[in-house]
Amino acid sequence: MVNPAKMLEERKEKMAAVSSTNNAKIEVKNFNFYYGDYHALKNINFPIYEKKVTAIIGPSGCGKTTLLRAFNRMHDLYPGARYEGEIVLYPDGLNLVDRRTDPLKVRMRIGMVFQKPNPFPKSIYENVAYGLKIRGISSKRLLDEAVEKALRGAALWDEVKDRLSANAYSLSGGQQQRLCIARAIAVEPEVLLFDEPTSALDPISTAKIEDLIVELKQRVTIVIVTHNMQQAARISDYTAFMYLGELVEFGQTEKIFTKPEKKLTEDYITGRFG
Amino acid sequence: MEAQTALKETSQKLKEFDIDSYARSVRLRDRVFGVIGLVATFLTLIFLFTISVDLLIDGWSRIKDPAFYTSYPSRFPEQAGILSSWVGTLYVMAGAIFWSITLGVPAGIYLEEYGGKGKVARIIEANIANLAAVPSIIYGLLALGIFVYRFKLGESVLTAGLTLGLLMLPVVVVSTRESIRRIPRSIREASYALGATRWETLLHHIIPYSAGGIFTGIIIAASRAIGETAPLITIGALTFIAFLPPAPWEDFVGMLKSPFTVLPIQMYNWVSRPQEEFHTNAAAAGFVLLMLALLMNSIAFYLRFKVRRRYQW
Repeated sequence: MVNPAKMLEERKEKMAAVSSTNNAKIEVKNFNFYYGDYHALKNINFPIYEKKVTAIIGPSGCGKTTLLRAFNRMHDLYPGARYEGEIVLYPDGLNLVDRRTDPLKVRMRIGMVFQKPNPFPKSIYENVAYGLKIRGISSKRLLDEAVEKALRGAALWDEVKDRLSANAYSLSGGQQQRLCIARAIAVEPEVLLFDEPTSALDPISTAKIEDLIVELKQRVTIVIVTHNMQQAARISDYTAFMYLGELVEFGQTEKIFTKPEKKLTEDYITGRFG
Repeated sequence: MEAQTALKETSQKLKEFDIDSYARSVRLRDRVFGVIGLVATFLTLIFLFTISVDLLIDGWSRIKDPAFYTSYPSRFPEQAGILSSWVGTLYVMAGAIFWSITLGVPAGIYLEEYGGKGKVARIIEANIANLAAVPSIIYGLLALGIFVYRFKLGESVLTAGLTLGLLMLPVVVVSTRESIRRIPRSIREASYALGATRWETLLHHIIPYSAGGIFTGIIIAASRAIGETAPLITIGALTFIAFLPPAPWEDFVGMLKSPFTVLPIQMYNWVSRPQEEFHTNAAAAGFVLLMLALLMNSIAFYLRFKVRRRYQW
């Protein structure tokens, strides 16, 4: 005999157990995205858990970067973008993609590291201090401390501490990317977005960045887009698999990579396409 | 079937193709073109060089004479100098550069960063480029109508600066847009992603990183404007001025309202006189003008070089 009340009770208990260990930091709800007439993301639903690494994987053109760039409203910089549905940021329940939500507020709380290192053509110090300066911090004493902390946090301090005034472009590609991470974490964002951060880097630099991401999740919620499945398996706690603008499967990384529920996920992960 | 034979014919032709003789003829063509290009380049250089040397030789007796730079024009050729005209050129160019920056740079920034990318924007863009092709005397007529008659600014340093500023404007607008556009999207995105506003992104990143290109455009426009005669004659520049405008730090408004002359006008005036000695003066003034223009161009060249080395994305 099935007892609906009992089932509901059990379900509630399960949910409570999940939420006690995993608080959703962001909840994507019925999210759709359009470039002009093109329907790029179709009815996406999944949570991003607090202080975990969530990887978004999928073949080229599946919309994973498009989704990531919706989280900090990057699409607003270009004409023709339209959001539908909700991406809710907790604890305050702010809908990030609401028309009335100022993208500036969103970007103040959610940082981003891009695919290609993109430091400003300024000094290393200026790069890290920039986000703090536009937030009104101008005292040299505070900036010095914060810059050092951010560079240490990005595992770059020892390599650059003697040349903070050197131009950021004098660094190697891997160092530049860690500088961009330092620049992003200096302003202590709640969420940090990584858009294929290692695709332009060599294996050693990649390993350093991966270690760094695992380290960073103690302090910040991380969403990373990657086309490298091994990378997703190595560093993420949760994985979302996307295909043709839709979310095919979302779950714990271990589960997605060992026993995926959908055939499509399995085919992609085992390298049958993509 | 048809296609089959065609393909066969093609492979046959490819097999028979004589690589050696082809390479020989192509290399020859390359070399011939190289020589033509070299000759063309040298002719241009020789032309510039000849003019400079010719002016230098013709005007040497005055160029080397310090009094030439410190005397007013005179009816005695050996006493006539370019004091009022080089000072006038300096004031007028300062005004022209000032106006072209205050109007042209914001216009370029607006068009690139704020303006839409629709049809209207394209029409405006095309017409600004067209403005650069408008003959300078038309600017002179415009300035005569607006600045001299309508606004009653007189035949003054101010009017001349505004006129040449207008003349420089299209080049400044276009070069501002171009240098802003050269900044990669990734740099803007980096700034916005940190929470910077559009204004902060402009002020802290876009403008500083494109400043070299913008200044290069301004100087190139200025080095064209410095030799302009027609629009200044149209607005009523005098050819004989035996005094200097008041120094700007003493009487700024007086300086702006002062009548003026400039080097090309002085030169034109001397060339059209019958006496041989005045032609020597004209050559010397021409040489000074040429050197000023070359100096400005080399500043532009240096800036471009320096900026290119500094910002490599």
